[in-house]
This record gives sequence, C-alpha cells and structure tokens, in this order.
Amino acid sequence: MRARRVRRWLPGLLLVSPSIVAIGLFVYGLIFWNTRVAVSGKHDEVSPLGFDGGKNFVDLWDQPSWPGAVRNALVFTAVFVLGALLLGAFLAFLMDKGIRGEASFRVVYLFPMAVSFIAAGVVWRWLLNPAPADRAVGLNQLFHDAGLGSLANTWWQHPDWGMAAMALPAIWQMSGYVMALYLAGFRGVPEELREAARVDGASEWKVYRHVVFPQLRPVTLSALIILGHISLKVFDLIMAIAGKQIITYVPAVAAYVEIFDRHDPANGATIATYLLVAVAVLVVPYLVWTIRSERAR
Amino acid sequence: MFGRTRRNAAGRGRTTSFAAAALAGVLALAGCGGDGGSDDSSEVEVFSWWTGPGEAEGLTALQALFEKQNPGTTFVNAAIAGGSGTQAKAVLASRLQNRKPPDSFQGHAGAELLDYIKAGQIEPLNDFYDENGLRQVYPKQLIDQITYEGNIYSVPVNIHRSNVLWYNPGILEDAGVDGPPETIDAFIAALRKIDAETDKVPLSLGAQWTADHLLENVLLGSLGTEAYDALWQPGANWGTPAVRAALDDFAEIMKHTTAEAASTDWQGAAKAVVDGRAAFNIMGDWAYGYFVNPAPNGLAKKLGTDFDYAPAPGTDGTYMWLSDSFTLPENAPHRGGALAWLKTVSSKEGQDAFNPKKGSIPARTNADKALYKDYLEYAITEWNKPGIKLAGSFWHGVTANNKWHTDIDTAVGLFLQHKDPAKLQQALVRAAQNSGQ
Repeated sequence: MRARRVRRWLPGLLLVSPSIVAIGLFVYGLIFWNTRVAVSGKHDEVSPLGFDGGKNFVDLWDQPSWPGAVRNALVFTAVFVLGALLLGAFLAFLMDKGIRGEASFRVVYLFPMAVSFIAAGVVWRWLLNPAPADRAVGLNQLFHDAGLGSLANTWWQHPDWGMAAMALPAIWQMSGYVMALYLAGFRGVPEELREAARVDGASEWKVYRHVVFPQLRPVTLSALIILGHISLKVFDLIMAIAGKQIITYVPAVAAYVEIFDRHDPANGATIATYLLVAVAVLVVPYLVWTIRSERAR
Repeated sequence: MFGRTRRNAAGRGRTTSFAAAALAGVLALAGCGGDGGSDDSSEVEVFSWWTGPGEAEGLTALQALFEKQNPGTTFVNAAIAGGSGTQAKAVLASRLQNRKPPDSFQGHAGAELLDYIKAGQIEPLNDFYDENGLRQVYPKQLIDQITYEGNIYSVPVNIHRSNVLWYNPGILEDAGVDGPPETIDAFIAALRKIDAETDKVPLSLGAQWTADHLLENVLLGSLGTEAYDALWQPGANWGTPAVRAALDDFAEIMKHTTAEAASTDWQGAAKAVVDGRAAFNIMGDWAYGYFVNPAPNGLAKKLGTDFDYAPAPGTDGTYMWLSDSFTLPENAPHRGGALAWLKTVSSKEGQDAFNPKKGSIPARTNADKALYKDYLEYAITEWNKPGIKLAGSFWHGVTANNKWHTDIDTAVGLFLQHKDPAKLQQALVRAAQNSGQ
C-alpha cells in the first residue's frame, strides 16, 4: 500500500529535485545572500561583512547618481508601458477589424521581439543621434530630408525627458508582443456576444467599448505586469545605446557600476534589493490575483 | 514488509546521493582552489583586454618572444574583448574573488590596482625588481608614482601619453588661428575664433568618459604639474580658488563641444578632426595609431596634412602618462610561468617587440629608439628628456582608486547636465574626501 504511494510520488520528485535544488540555491539562496550583503557594511571588497541595520537603504539616496537613476526608471517605465500597451492594443484592434494580409502583418509586428535589446540598441543608438542638421544622421537626418526639420531633437540626450526617447526602441520592440496578447483576447470574445450587441442596436464603436474591451481586463493586466517588470529591469538596451553615462542611469546600470567600477558590494546589493522589491510589488499582487481567480473557476 | 522498506530506503538513498552530487558540483563550481603558489612553470595564463587592432598584434609579438625564451612553458591567452577593459575587469574581479586567479593579468599601473592590493590579491614585486635590475632602467619618477607604501605591485610594459592635442591644420588656417594654442587661455580664444569664423565644431568630444579625459587635461594645463600631482595626495584640498579657476575654464571649453557627444565614443570624436569636421580633439596617443593605420583598423590619414599634434594646452614639458602593466596574483597556479612572463614583459626585447605594434613607447629608458617613427619618435624623445615632468593620468588609473575614479565620473556626468562649475567643485571635494585612498 505505502509502496504504491511511494511509487506514485517518488519518480516525480526525483525528476524535479534538480530544479528544486538549483532554484533553491541560485534563486532563493542568492536572494538571501544579496539581502545579507545589502544590510552589511561591506563597502569595499576587504571589510568584514558585519551588520549595519539597513543603513545602506537610506544612505543610497545620498549617492549623487541615485535619485536621477530612479527618476529615469520611472519616466522610462511610464512611457514604455503606456506606449507599448496603446500601440499594441491599437494594432490588435486593426487586425481584429480584418485587414488584408493579416498573417504577414502579425509576423512583421511580432518580429522585433526576436531581436535582442542589445542588437536593437546598436541600431537605435544611430537612429537617435541628436546631431544638428548639417551633420545629422538617423532620424534627425530623415526629418531634415523630408522637410520636417522642426521635428528633429536631442532624443535621449535631453536632460529631462531623454528617457522618454529611450523608451521608443523598447516600445518598438515589445508592442508586437502586446498586440499578439490582445489579438488572442479579441478572438476569445465570442462572436455571439458581439452579434447580440449589434442586434440591440449598438454601433461598432459601442460594441468594442461596452462588450469587447471589458472582457480584456485580464489581458491588459498580464501585459502590464510583463511590460512593467521588463522596464524596471532594463539594462542591456541602455548599455547598448548610451553605455554607463549619468544622463541615462537606471537602477540596473547603477548596480553594475557600484559593484564592478566602484568596488562597493554593499551599495550594489542594496540597489539589487530595491529592484527586487519593485518588481515584487508588481508581480506578487498579480500572482495572488491569478491564484484566486483560478480557484474561483 | 522487507521489500517495501528496502525500496523506500533505496529511494531515499538515491535522493540524498543526488542532492550530495548536486551540492558537490556547486561547490566545485564555486571554486575551492587556492592551495598556495607554486613554482610550476609548465604553463602561464595571461589575462588581458588586448583583442583590438594593434594591441592584439602587440600581444602576439610578446607571446612569440616569450615562447622562444621559454620553450617548456605553454602560453594561454585569456584575453577578453571590450574597450579599456570594462568587461574584462568584471570577469577578473569574479575570478579573483573565487580564488581562481590567472597567472598574470593586465592592469593600469598605479592606484587602479589599490583594490587588488588591499584585498591581498596581488603580490609585491620588489624582489623581482631588484633581481632584474629594473629600478635602474625605469624612470625614477615612474617608480615613485607606482610605489604604494614602499612596495611595487606591477611591471609596466608600455607608456601612453594622455595629454595630446590633435588638430586639423586646415581648419585652424581658415579660422586665422596660427598654430596649436600653448596655454588654456589661448585655447579658449582659439575655440571662440573657430566658432565665430567657421561652421566647424571647435572641439569634438565623445561619451562621458572623454569629458573626464578632457577634465584631467584642463586641470593639468591650468594648475601646472606640481599642483595637479598634489591633488591626488591624501587629504588634498580640491576646494581652492585655483581648482575653481580650472573648472571655470573647463566649463568654458565645454561650451564649444559637440551636441551629439554622448552618442559616440572616442573614435568618433577623434575621427571628426581628421575628416575635417572638427578643429581640435584632446585624446591620448592611442588615437595616433587609429589615424595612420591602414583600413580596416585605421583611417589611413597623413600626419601634417590631415591632422597634426601638440601637447595639450598648458602642458608642454609634462608627460601625463598611463601604463599597461602586468601583475603577479597571490596564489597564481603557475607562479614560475608568471615570473618568466614578467621577465619577458619587462625586458628590452619584450618592450621593443610589443610597443611599435601597439602604438606606444617602452617604459624602459634604454629602448631601441630607431624602432619608433613619426609621432612615436616625438613621444619617446619627450619621455627620455632629462627635464621632463611626469604627471599621472587619473582617468587611466594612475592616481585615483576605483571609488574615487567612479565618483569623479559621476560628478562630471552630472556637470554635463547642470553645467555649474561651483556644483562640480563641491562634488569633486566630496569625491576626494570619500575616496578612502
């Protein structure tokens, strides 16, 4: 009797145990270790680990580069998430309305996601070059040649809103994915519902406004979570376009600089902890929500 | 009953042994090396970031000489690509912390090595210097500037000059500027004149770090060598009116640079001069190799017509130097091989094999001067002049440790946005106080 029960769970356990060990060590073990370093006084590689009661989490705000990094991350997140959501939803809406060659458009829009941030960044670094008209390249040159010279601007080198321009490549890259999510959502709305609304005399706009969009809340939420955590962790795109320059500092770049350039493990770990908390704030409520709605089903 | 228990036990045993095996693997990965240095000379693993044009050929030449001198030693090239070692340094840091050091690694001579020294990761080389008579062949000022608490930790293989003004003679002529400016004031006047008379960029600049590079040149040119060198001593005062005046000059010079600076690295900025788009560029002498080398690695331009050089304004008579050097890590697995490598690197033959290819000059004073042509001939003559003063380049690792270096970079990055020299000075004062150097 017990043997049979063992035979039922043991192979499964054996199968997953490597991942359990690996995840335990390399995810949770390292999260623990990172937090341990973050609350230590290890501001260079030789001092003992010690414990300083979370002083680093406060002191970090005195680092001249840190408030700007947070601000940049917020601007980037706001523009990127909103931009990708709206553009993705709009593209999906067009697809849903039925256009000729939908399949190929779907591929065209989805394809940028197959390009890595680092490769896309190399191209966008050139596209977003802010040189004035006489030696302009990239978008500024395009605008200039098209007689739209007034559209030319300093892109990511603008001290206040540069990060909004930095979000353009990210939007370009991720909006196709959001489109795919929304398209699946649109297709999931039964045709009968739309038909019923139309019979009740709803205009096509009202059908979307009152019937289709309300059913897309779960899709919107998933897209929001995915975009949000990508945006908080953004690193490779920034490094490819601007490298380690203050003007485009974000927390992930700041962590790299603290650890590898300043040789300050405690500050680096503190930034990493802040990042983890920020992503958790986004992801955990979502997980709770999905588990609840799955139970309700 | 028996069978049941046995199967159960076997199952548990398998799980445990698996977990044990996994753990062992992890521990092996984490690295439990470090069983003391040996005099093993069967192999030498040399870690560097020399993979680019010029530098890679230089390394190959050194390797060939080393293999000829040490036929029994296998040379392992552990070079990692990436400009000025940004990637390589991160890899190196993790290897040192895991006590898996290479047998010798490249680093800029000077304070950049302080973190390794304080962490006990590299060995002092005083005995090596004495045995090989190196104290007599390296300039005394150089030895002084790389000595830390009485110990020397690295062996310089070359010297680069970081205070070089590259200019486009044609543009200077068009603007009515006669010759390269010799003082900071004359430089600012020339920049203004070029701005007024031509539609060219007066001073081309690249990404943020090239502004740091410009800053060290302006500080040296404005303060003079002694005052500049004094800034890097413990407890130095960065709050003086003299520093403030230098920073005002820096702010003024920055007004005549390119808007799109942050989009390009030093190559793009230097190229603007030889292409006739910018009048001046201040960069180290590695730019020379880039200008004159044939395509695809260089621009194949002509000295004298396409571009020319002069000491950075106000710095004639001073050699602002930086040096690539090699170290002996604590617990190097093949210590014998590493010492043989350092011997090759520090020898006259080694430096003469390496430097003409890399486009730099030997740190030794008794090198074969006939090997160095054009700009390099000028450089080696200057380096060996009896009255020459040496100043260490802070940006290239000579005078500031990593923390100080990064904090100055942050201060300069913020300055590029707020453009306020007073704020910059405050930040620099703070950076000096917090450096822990």
